Amino acid sequence: MIRLHGIKKIYATGEIEVAALRGVDLEVGAGEFVSIMGPSGSGKSTMMNILGCLDTPSEGEYMLDGVNVARATGNELAVIRNRKIGFVFQGFNLLPRTTALENVELPLLYAGVGGKERKERALEALKAVGLGERVHHKPKELSGGQQQRVAIARALVTKPAIILADEPTGNLDTHSSEDVMAIFQDLHASGNTILIVTHEPDIAEYTRRIVRFRDGEIVGDEQVANPRRALSQEREERGAVS
Amino acid sequence: MNFLESVRVSLRALLANKLRSILTMLGIIIGVSAVIAMVGIANGATAQITSQIQGLGSNLLIVSPGQANSGGVRGGTGSANTLTMNDLPKIEAAGSAVKAVAPSAGRNAQVVYGAGNTSTTVTGTTSEYAVIRSVSMERGRFLTQADVDQYSRVAVVGPTVVQNLMGSADADIVGKIIKLNNVPFQVIGVTASQGSSGFQNNDDMIFVPITTAQARLIGNKYVRQFFIEASSADMMQTAQDEVTIALRQAHKIQAGQPDDFSIMNQAEVLQTMQGVTQTMTMLLGGIAAISLLVGGIGIMNIMLVSVTERTREIGIRKAIGAKGRDILMQFLIEAVILSVLGGGIGIIFGWSGSKLIGRMLNMTASISVFSVLMAFAFSAGIGIVFGVFPARKAAGMDPIDALRYE
Ligand SMILES: Nc1ncnc2c1ncn2[C@@H]1O[C@H](COP(=O)(O)OP(=O)(O)O)[C@@H](O)[C@H]1O
Ligand SMILES: [Mg+2]
Repeated sequence: MIRLHGIKKIYATGEIEVAALRGVDLEVGAGEFVSIMGPSGSGKSTMMNILGCLDTPSEGEYMLDGVNVARATGNELAVIRNRKIGFVFQGFNLLPRTTALENVELPLLYAGVGGKERKERALEALKAVGLGERVHHKPKELSGGQQQRVAIARALVTKPAIILADEPTGNLDTHSSEDVMAIFQDLHASGNTILIVTHEPDIAEYTRRIVRFRDGEIVGDEQVANPRRALSQEREERGAVS
Repeated sequence: MNFLESVRVSLRALLANKLRSILTMLGIIIGVSAVIAMVGIANGATAQITSQIQGLGSNLLIVSPGQANSGGVRGGTGSANTLTMNDLPKIEAAGSAVKAVAPSAGRNAQVVYGAGNTSTTVTGTTSEYAVIRSVSMERGRFLTQADVDQYSRVAVVGPTVVQNLMGSADADIVGKIIKLNNVPFQVIGVTASQGSSGFQNNDDMIFVPITTAQARLIGNKYVRQFFIEASSADMMQTAQDEVTIALRQAHKIQAGQPDDFSIMNQAEVLQTMQGVTQTMTMLLGGIAAISLLVGGIGIMNIMLVSVTERTREIGIRKAIGAKGRDILMQFLIEAVILSVLGGGIGIIFGWSGSKLIGRMLNMTASISVFSVLMAFAFSAGIGIVFGVFPARKAAGMDPIDALRYE
């Protein structure tokens, strides 16, 4: 599904050049549930942004779902972001003063999906993250955990090839974090490919594979022996099974 | 994304930021309506003053006693008593450019008829007055030469006088006797309504033979003004020269001595007043231009202040798959909607504002299409440039840079 080869990213800030990634090789297969760990500043976000086609590498090859992303133009990248990738940010990045439903509809709008189908699919995605009741609320009327669930609904509404989440629980309390992880586990169970960045070992334990970063390089890659199951009251309410 | 969806996205974005949308429109509304109102009022005033001066009569010269511009020793125009009825035949015979002459001498008088009474200006004049000043009759007749020659106690009254005396402008007054300062006069006619000419109410007037007025009402033989009609517009200067020569001769003024009368030339007055109104138009236009500029700066300000927020919005939209073209389209449509809506409201405000002010100042404001287009284009231009230009920049950024933008 994902193949990175020799990915480098060098930031030039004035005089100083910062090598955020120094040659990263990584393969992620379809249906995997991977967490990326590492100390702050080790290049996790930089790699996620490249994976999400939000940023371009300075060097290296990136194959996503059989497409060489490194050669894509701006418009092609926009299409890839829209069709193949669902991105969840630490800071939610929802449009303010816009309802949850409209936020979730947005990727479908840019995909050219018609109004009726758009609404149906957005409602379905919101229901999948347990927000079927709150679709007409605006972000500021929702809690952090609820906002992040709206963002997850927006990421999965296009049925992307991969879902990328950069510290999705970074701004959330333990309880909301567990809710969010429960959703990711359910998405994984229904066949989605998911990568999340976290620096909390607890969170990483919910995934199946842990990739460790240090100073812009991968220093470890292991399977999780006994993934924890996220217990969430909210999950019971959704009636989800796993 | 098709055009209709783009419009919908823009409308949603505008509605999601009502305050910003309204403030932006406000800038456009203020600019456009100020320009339209100011220019409309200036145009209306110009047209009104021009028509007032032209309404005095056509090809008109007015001779007044005294010298208007002789360096402070004498009083102003009209303060001296240098004109009499003896000058009338001299002016009539002054030359071929003089077509008609009417003297006038007047004073305010108490008018009484039965129980009704009023106060108005009584003008002593001759039959020529009706020709020169385009007075037409509603009922009865105007003064004749015979009335003047015979010192007849007859009066022609304006409709306002009839209204004030009898309660209705249509009341039957012809043939009745009215008293002017206790002197009985028989009413021989009522003038047709001319309305106000700005300087005076032409309907609130009484005309009597000048001979009778001098003998019975004023008590002296002086003439306040001579109204002279030149034979054509081209001959006005000639007529003025002829009358000047004739009057200097009649008054035995030595060469090198100043005139003891002054002549007002309608064409010159018109020119002077047009100069004045032009200055006024420029003044109002300047005020309008400043409003437009302030409105424009307001638009710019709001657009630029919201760039940070909008850059983040653009980052979010691009991150979930918007193309640069989608973003530009959205911002362009937003700017066009605000400009057209704001401009439209501005036109309505400016139009009704100038009508309202026009009514308060008793004139007709005339809206100039040019000013509407100019104000609209300027405000809309600023709205579009400052709405789209930052968006263009943001649309070209990597989404991650737009998201990080501070
Ligand atoms: N836009 C940028 N400009 C310059 N340097 C950056 C930028 N983004 C990240 N970096 C640097 O790249 C390195 C990796 O950052 P990042 O990928 O955000 O780390 P992590 O997410 O693992 O904390 C850090 O040293 C950071 O300072
Ligand atoms: Mg990070």
